[in-house]
Amino acid sequence: MAEPIIRLEGVRKRFGKLEVLRGIDLQVWPGEVVCIIGPSGSGKSTLLRCINYLEKVTAGRVYVDGQLVGKREVGGRLVDMSERELDRMRAQIGMVFQRFNLFPHLTALENVTLAPIQVKKMPRAEAEARGMELLRKVGLADKAHEYPARLSGGQQQRVAIARALAMEPKAMLFDEPTSALDPELVGEVLAVMKDLAREGMTMVVVTHEMGFAREVADRVIFMDGGMILEEGPPAAVMSAPRHPRTREFLSKVL
Amino acid sequence: MADRLGFWELSVQVVIPQLLVAVRWTLALTICAAVLGTALGLVIALMRISRSRSLRALATGYVTLLRGTPLMLQLLFIYYGLPQIDPRLTFDPFPAAVIGMGLNSGAYIAEIIRAAIQSIDKGQMEAARSLGLSYGQAMRFVILPQTYRRLIPPMVNELVALSKDTAQAMVIGLEELLRTGSHLASRFARPGPAYLWTAVFYLGITVVLSAVATHLEQKLEAKE
Repeated sequence: MAEPIIRLEGVRKRFGKLEVLRGIDLQVWPGEVVCIIGPSGSGKSTLLRCINYLEKVTAGRVYVDGQLVGKREVGGRLVDMSERELDRMRAQIGMVFQRFNLFPHLTALENVTLAPIQVKKMPRAEAEARGMELLRKVGLADKAHEYPARLSGGQQQRVAIARALAMEPKAMLFDEPTSALDPELVGEVLAVMKDLAREGMTMVVVTHEMGFAREVADRVIFMDGGMILEEGPPAAVMSAPRHPRTREFLSKVL
Repeated sequence: MADRLGFWELSVQVVIPQLLVAVRWTLALTICAAVLGTALGLVIALMRISRSRSLRALATGYVTLLRGTPLMLQLLFIYYGLPQIDPRLTFDPFPAAVIGMGLNSGAYIAEIIRAAIQSIDKGQMEAARSLGLSYGQAMRFVILPQTYRRLIPPMVNELVALSKDTAQAMVIGLEELLRTGSHLASRFARPGPAYLWTAVFYLGITVVLSAVATHLEQKLEAKE
């Protein structure tokens, strides 16, 4: 089988005295959709942020596409990556945030084209043509020139997905992408994510949408207390959980 | 002679013409000090939030020193004190005043800009970095543009204060509004008209500044 796109080995993350991740091993294969579920404070979001190196891991290793993130081997020794190299690695992974985090001073299209123009040095005309295509894909071509404040939450999150896709990432991370949305707006965002999954995008999704996990995920991971307690196909984990903590959690959310 | 002139004659023939000359120094000093102070303030603000401990310490020391001592003392030190340390550091009153007021307002403006940057949601920086933008690019294209509107009210305050503080440059011999006004007051032994018109000139500057700011704010507001 091919290399995993994302590989975590013994990842630990500590904030002061609090150990949020306590030894995470995880592999995500090309085209796979992995949903991470678990109670709040279980370290799910921190895990995503470590993959993208928005948080520096305290111990352990993160590999993206076979490449060690954050460290580089020089003459048999590991040294910290330069900021430049880290920026390049971050650009390979798209991230979608719970609170959208669109840039409010830029239009939808400008949000989508900023990184291709500034990071990839893509000519503006080309970036805009591709940006329009992505906005069309998420169903928002007619909102290209609106500022985020004029868009609904669901529309903002779809623009945020288009913005991340514009960098042609090898994988997409979703951090509770529908948790900040009004219930009637959740569906439109999940529909875009389903399309992405169907197209073969590698996705890691932290979510409370059990229906989505059951329908779309190839694998469901249950996290609690900074550890992976159970993982497997959605049917197995969600219908016949083995770990008592998983059962307890599922009984509360289902 | 002049002491027999009435209020309006004294005003129109002597006081206002001389103040019209002096106001150019006040305006020039305000503008130059504001430009220098803003450029300096941006640099100091970025240093204060940088990850480098030594840069942060340097910037904090700067702000503490410049905000912790009187502006007038700083002006006197630059004009009279520096030449004693090194004769090459001798300045005419105007450049000395620009340096002093620029350095001083830089400390205040740094705090204004830092507060504005830190008021931007942390998620903005994270989203920018997750797209592969460097820290510098994220600052330039994402964070700083969002601070502009929030900067206007405190910056106007600062500029209004700055335009009035230029009066302190009279102690190093700059013929700005207040120095000219007090000369006129003592020369004709008629402080009334001299100080009254000096006040009107200062008021004119600050009122125009505030009006421009309000206009600017409304224009930026319309965009969002």
